[in-house]
Amino acid sequence: MASFLQQFFNGLVGGAFLALLALGLSVIFGMLGVVNFAHGAFYMLGAFGAYVLLTDAGVSFWVALIVVPVALGLFGMLLERLLIHRLTALDPLYNFLLTFGLTLVLQDLVRRQYGITSQPYPQPAGLDKPVDLGLFEYPGYQVFVLVVAAAVCAGVWLLITRTRVGMVVRAATERPELTRAMGINVGLWVTPVFGFGVALAGLAGVLAAPMRAINPLMGADLIITVFAVVVIGGLGSIVGSVLAGFGIGVASALCNLYLPGLSQTLVFVLMAAVLLWRPAGLLGREEVPA
Amino acid sequence: MRKAAAITTAAALLLAACGQGGPSGGGGKISGDKIVLAVLNDQSGVYSDLSGKNSVEAVKMAVEDFKAQYGDKAVTKNIEVVTADHQNKPEIANSKAQELFDRQGADTILDVPTSSAALAVATVASQKKKLYLNIGAATTDLTGKACNKYTFHYAYDTYMLAKSTGTTVTSQGGKNWYIVYPDYAFGQDMQKNFTTAIEGAGGKVVAKDPTPFPNDNFSTFLLKAPNMNPKPDVLGTMQAGGDLVNLVKQYNEFGLKGKGIKLSVGLMFITDIHALGPDAFAGTTFTDAWYWNLDERSRAWADKFQQRTKIRPSFAHAGNYSAAMQYLQAVQRAGSDDADEVVKKLENYSFDDVFARNAKIRAEDHRVVHDVYLAEVKPKSEVTTDWDYEKILRTVPADEAFRPVADSAAAGCKMG
Repeated sequence: MASFLQQFFNGLVGGAFLALLALGLSVIFGMLGVVNFAHGAFYMLGAFGAYVLLTDAGVSFWVALIVVPVALGLFGMLLERLLIHRLTALDPLYNFLLTFGLTLVLQDLVRRQYGITSQPYPQPAGLDKPVDLGLFEYPGYQVFVLVVAAAVCAGVWLLITRTRVGMVVRAATERPELTRAMGINVGLWVTPVFGFGVALAGLAGVLAAPMRAINPLMGADLIITVFAVVVIGGLGSIVGSVLAGFGIGVASALCNLYLPGLSQTLVFVLMAAVLLWRPAGLLGREEVPA
Repeated sequence: MRKAAAITTAAALLLAACGQGGPSGGGGKISGDKIVLAVLNDQSGVYSDLSGKNSVEAVKMAVEDFKAQYGDKAVTKNIEVVTADHQNKPEIANSKAQELFDRQGADTILDVPTSSAALAVATVASQKKKLYLNIGAATTDLTGKACNKYTFHYAYDTYMLAKSTGTTVTSQGGKNWYIVYPDYAFGQDMQKNFTTAIEGAGGKVVAKDPTPFPNDNFSTFLLKAPNMNPKPDVLGTMQAGGDLVNLVKQYNEFGLKGKGIKLSVGLMFITDIHALGPDAFAGTTFTDAWYWNLDERSRAWADKFQQRTKIRPSFAHAGNYSAAMQYLQAVQRAGSDDADEVVKKLENYSFDDVFARNAKIRAEDHRVVHDVYLAEVKPKSEVTTDWDYEKILRTVPADEAFRPVADSAAAGCKMG
């Protein structure tokens, strides 16, 4: 039983990354209607940001945890203004291609500088020991990741459901024309929301640095799974993508435990099943033709 | 005065004699009057650091050393190195290989990591009747069902990695193994070879789990390991590249070493250790086809390599140097770059160079056998110079390290 709980907990930790990434992706899609293929590249930049700050400037993990997401958020806002904004009026496919291209450019720039081999990053002091969780011991850093991810997801949920800012964003997401008619400048909110989504990816990247391989392709490897998670949760649904993120994490961990041969395909099998059952995803809203 | 004239005449005669084999008097023995060495490998993807462009540099070093060795006696001085990026994709490898042979006049193709790409090039070499010396790929199919007259497998393969690591670690006390392997051809092949080697040495594989590929979260497997019955002594991982780094980081995080489970890696390159730092890998065992700090001879070559590339060579870099050099030596012995003539000179040839010690090129399956090394990664405290990461635990002799000829034949190799 302890072993099962341990694996369940382990699934939650794995799911934390998926949830953070899916959350950012979902927020961006909801607000801009943009499927941000570059999300994995921003995650990678987050990890590299932490690595570069530590090795070149001696900046600690704790500072990086704040600085890197903020810097990436600003970078995201710049990209939105310079590039993505110009294509939002067109077919969504254009932005899909743009962000896909951005991914390749960002990956290759990083590769040019740092090569393809993974970079080292130490566990932050104080979190490098296992902690006793009562029934079992668990690496301290992974517990920290889970706590941060859960807090951020809950914070974003509160922000969106309980504050005026969130109300505007939700309204602008769901009924942009109607919101405009209420005298709210929807366009004004687009850039910061994009930046916020990118910052979430950057945060996930910083959190990944001490426990995962830091290399230019780390995001590309993960993003496919994250897309599947977002589709399962319902494209644009914030709660849906977070729940799906944690859910897929746990499902993968248990699948690895009992049916390791299946784990490669599990997430896509689940995606296909969910799409057959609920074409808009678990918590997605089906488009009602006007 | 007369004496001086005699010496001059003798010298002129000598020069003329040398000229027979040289470019002027070669008389078409060297096609197009030049030798073209083609390095076909991954120049931007996952294998670009451990081989890639620096292997091209290693091949250029071989050409320079060859020219320096023979001077005017060289079969030709006109030796060119060309290169192409196959992006680890078999279909690209196939078309690039054809282009290299047909349009760039390549006499031999070198390197070609990624097993599927390597096998594609073996087919092209066989069709075009041109030489192909594979260094970068691991599949034993190159000396099994895909073996052919023009294909040679130079540096390592899955059998050799498993035989050396699996047998030695098991006989040194690591009886119970837990194997995790990426669920694709290379991983499955490694898992089978390791299981055979471990059981052959009296060990036991407690469990073996396929993992998704690529995968960044191995905690399920790492959590499972200490609770197994019997508890494994060794965690054998067949992961490579970024997946390997993920696994090693998490292996340390879950403190498995402290729980008495040692780590053994199926395939690792020194560039992997350099990237993550020796402490992350400290105590890990693996098989290296060559190590730059093995002895004075290897170090001298590694110094030259480092001056040009700023890094210490991996075994793939040294293997490319050696393969290019042995190819050129065979051309020199044959006095021709005709593929059939060169194959005759390569087959059954025994040699000893900076990379391949006690080496022999087997005629039966074209496996190049040589000594290999079971290595352990040193902790940082024992590392004395840059890149000095490996402690050699055992030199596995050439005839013991590689798959026996009979097994290659049983695997489908029919030469001829």
